[in-house]
Amino acid sequence: MHDSLFLIELGGVVLLLAVLSRIAVRFGFSPIPLYLLAGLAFGQGGVVPLVTADEFIAAGAEIGLILLLFTLGLEYSARELVDALRSNRFMGGIDLLANVAPGFAAGVLLGWAILPAVFLGGITYISSSGVIARTLDDLGWMGNRETPIVLAILVLEDLVMAGFLPLVTLLQVGGGTAKVVFSVGVAALLVVVVLAVAARYGPAISRAVFSHSDEALLFGILAVLLLTAGATQALNVSAAVGAFLAGIAFSGPAADRARSLLVPLRSVFAGTFFLFFGFQVDPGTIPQALPAAAALAVVGGVTKAFTGWLAGRRAGIGPRGRTRAAVGLIARGEFSIVIAGIAVASGAEPDLGPLAAVYVLLLAIAGPVLARVVDRRIATARARAAEDR
Amino acid sequence: MAVVKEVALPGIGVRYEFVTQEGNRVGVVHHRSGVRELVLFEREDPDTSHDLLRLGPEDGRTLAELLGVSQVAKELAELEQDVEGLAVDRLPLAGGSPFAARTIGDTGARTRTGVSIVAVLRDGSALPAPARRLSSGQGTSSSSSGRRGGSRSSRSCSARAERCTTRCS
Repeated sequence: MHDSLFLIELGGVVLLLAVLSRIAVRFGFSPIPLYLLAGLAFGQGGVVPLVTADEFIAAGAEIGLILLLFTLGLEYSARELVDALRSNRFMGGIDLLANVAPGFAAGVLLGWAILPAVFLGGITYISSSGVIARTLDDLGWMGNRETPIVLAILVLEDLVMAGFLPLVTLLQVGGGTAKVVFSVGVAALLVVVVLAVAARYGPAISRAVFSHSDEALLFGILAVLLLTAGATQALNVSAAVGAFLAGIAFSGPAADRARSLLVPLRSVFAGTFFLFFGFQVDPGTIPQALPAAAALAVVGGVTKAFTGWLAGRRAGIGPRGRTRAAVGLIARGEFSIVIAGIAVASGAEPDLGPLAAVYVLLLAIAGPVLARVVDRRIATARARAAEDR
Repeated sequence: MAVVKEVALPGIGVRYEFVTQEGNRVGVVHHRSGVRELVLFEREDPDTSHDLLRLGPEDGRTLAELLGVSQVAKELAELEQDVEGLAVDRLPLAGGSPFAARTIGDTGARTRTGVSIVAVLRDGSALPAPARRLSSGQGTSSSSSGRRGGSRSSRSCSARAERCTTRCS
């Protein structure tokens, strides 16, 4: 059995998470960058490397990843996904091209192999639904006319991720071309089948799992979640995607209750997940990664802002709304780390971890800050216009 | 009623918006969590909205009730509430009614129609749970409750009192 050191180390880590999330709440920012920094400080080569608790934290991180994707799936119904796909295909495509390109090009320029470059493309592509939804809410932008477009783009990105993760998981397994093509086919088929089942039998599954007892409901949901995640992983499709699809399958009262029951649990384990990602990155490699990451963050910020601006323009939104849509989309966060986590676990490219960590760190902070700046500038411009009248 | 536009906010909820008679565009954001946001759009820049109010699930219901207060009052005035098969009605008692100036017991309302008289409204004040011996004077109306059909037949009794008394007795 573990000795007292295990509990003390774990307690110290949890205390740190508590302090960091308190700081984040105090200043109204996402705690993700803080968790990453803490992970850097306590991981290999950090200030106080952990000795006994890291195994437990690794397991916690795996559960965190699954819960992160599951609660994301819970936010969406199959209907919403289909609608977003139907009406915003064009902007989704532009978003994909404009924002995968910087990461992929950077990977190639740095002399990486194709697979890590693809991973980096995914990292630069995906915006943070969590950070962005929170910013929109904090700034009172939920009612604005550009907001549905911003949200639709986020939905599409999440859908793309559901296809991207199995793809890279399979590429990473490798083998001959025929084997990869076959595996990709299996993965695509599985995703389609699960989505179809979710759309068709989602309500029935939800009814079966629903219980008025929170305990019974929670166990039921976790059972479905873990089994789906495990089954998809066994098929080499990535557990995260299984969790996402399982989340989509739940709807109605079961999903509402699941959300309120699982969100606290998700926060705990997702915090562990970000921390664990930080653990795996040697802080000594950060200074070396800094210039490339900063440059990539600037480019990624600009391409994302362009995407938002163009989406606003296409929807007939005025200049102010377009600017808000542009800065609103910049933040990267949890899902870039999800992709980076899978990439680091594959051990494909040692430089990828620090680069991704700094990139996310910069943009998770810059996104909300820029949004606040724009919000204030629009307010002062309006006040000035009112004075002139 | 104004045309209400519905806009999906994927992952968040739904936004409803309409233009008021004065020309203000007003929106309500329904968060999945049950939170309701009341927003007002700028006239100069229709893309920009301002948060007027943020309401919890209970608050939203309270405000909706208050905004619909005239309707609630109207419904109360008619005083016909159906509570699981139970109807409450108000029966005015005119001066010429054979029940005027007689006791509640004399009407035999419960025996004849299955309706109970639960209150007597007189001179703007209410006497709840009146005794059988209470005399119902002129200009009185009584609240009676009973099954829907019963209340109707008792109403027709008081409306056409003459015929009714002969028929009922």
